[in-house]
Amino acid sequence: MPAVAIQGVWKYFGDYPALRDISFDVEPGSCLALLGRNGAGKTTLLRILAGLSRSSRGQITILGQDARAEATRRAVSVLGHGIGVYDELSAFENLQLFARLYGLTDPAKVANEWLERTNLNRVRDGLVREFSRGMRQRLAVARTFLHNPSLLLLDEPFTALDDRAIKMLQDLLRAALADGRTVIMSTHQLREALQLATDVALVNRGRLAFRGKRTPEMLEDPTWLYRHYGEA
Amino acid sequence: MKFLRQAWAVAAKDLRSEIRSKESINASVAFALVILLLFSFAFDPTSDQVREIAGGLLWLVFAFAGTLILNRSFARELVNDCLDALLASPVSGAQLFLGKTIANFVILMAVETLALPVFTVFYNVHWTQSIGLVFVVMLLGTWGLTVIGTLFSAMTVNLRLRELMLPMLVYPMMIPALMGAIQLSSVLVAGEPVGAENQIWFRLLVAFDVIFSLLALALVETVLVG
Repeated sequence: MPAVAIQGVWKYFGDYPALRDISFDVEPGSCLALLGRNGAGKTTLLRILAGLSRSSRGQITILGQDARAEATRRAVSVLGHGIGVYDELSAFENLQLFARLYGLTDPAKVANEWLERTNLNRVRDGLVREFSRGMRQRLAVARTFLHNPSLLLLDEPFTALDDRAIKMLQDLLRAALADGRTVIMSTHQLREALQLATDVALVNRGRLAFRGKRTPEMLEDPTWLYRHYGEA
Repeated sequence: MKFLRQAWAVAAKDLRSEIRSKESINASVAFALVILLLFSFAFDPTSDQVREIAGGLLWLVFAFAGTLILNRSFARELVNDCLDALLASPVSGAQLFLGKTIANFVILMAVETLALPVFTVFYNVHWTQSIGLVFVVMLLGTWGLTVIGTLFSAMTVNLRLRELMLPMLVYPMMIPALMGAIQLSSVLVAGEPVGAENQIWFRLLVAFDVIFSLLALALVETVLVG
């Protein structure tokens, strides 16, 4: 059973088709780099996969179930453009809140563990509004991983991260992949994404322009894919 | 039980955020007190006419102050895309809605409890005998306002003119709850007993609360995700 099965998905915003007949599968344990220019439809597709929006046509199953099923949301994690943590809560309170929402047995323990793993334990009780951008991003990463998701949906995960945070995220993603989890990430930072990716999908103006394995050519020249399948 | 526990986690988060930022409560308390004060200058507080309109004035102040709270309810989730993080979590739309409604209800009740003594003094109201009933009316009326207001706050969260749209959409829907609360409050302000002829307003308030709570819980998932 594929981790993600997308069949004939269309998404309209008014009359404009942002996604046009997208179909592909993502195998469990793979890392798919979802590539495309600005406005290609990557974020729209990720939002549909995350259950944050519904497709206008077509079918999506995540781990064999509907994207909005409770069991699916328990197994999926999303890191979008926003960091998804509350400015008026402390780092610990944020992680404890999400651990509670995911129904984890010991939310305080999990929150403390992830604060330590992301090097935020020294600012455990500091309000997020007082954090630097890098600290906020690390907290967002902790929120994304704290319930051990089977599928990670990441939209521009490396944006606004400094080199240390990029390394931390890459290490966490490598560990997740080694654990057999599935990752789908959309990004413009081709080199970082292609280093991790086992598979690549290129979306061009809402259509799937390429879907296949990540090849050595792509790693040597990250723009190779755009030159061959996307817009120049 | 799990349903209520997760709804409470959302409510506690909203209440904690509000206690720290005080952005809704400050605006709404200030608004309620200023309006009550200004109207007390406009009318002679000893006249019978004031007694007749005082219940209406009180609930209009609560309704207007309430929209200041309700407007922020889902809008505060837009900062850092927190609404997406909540919707992507296993919390259902109904749990999220219930949590937010409870938080809004507690905040609005706090505003009303602060405004009530001011109203009592400036409008020369003697309702110490019926203070228990006043609170029952406040609980029922406020729950009605917050249920409808929270649902429409979710509907308008992504609109650019949400500060304008929310009151325009929500006030017509609030009319039955406001009518019940105003009628009962007017009777209590006049110092009259709530007789059998006014039981209908209690029933209206209870029915409004139950029907709209169930409707909102059923519809909110569609409102939030489509």
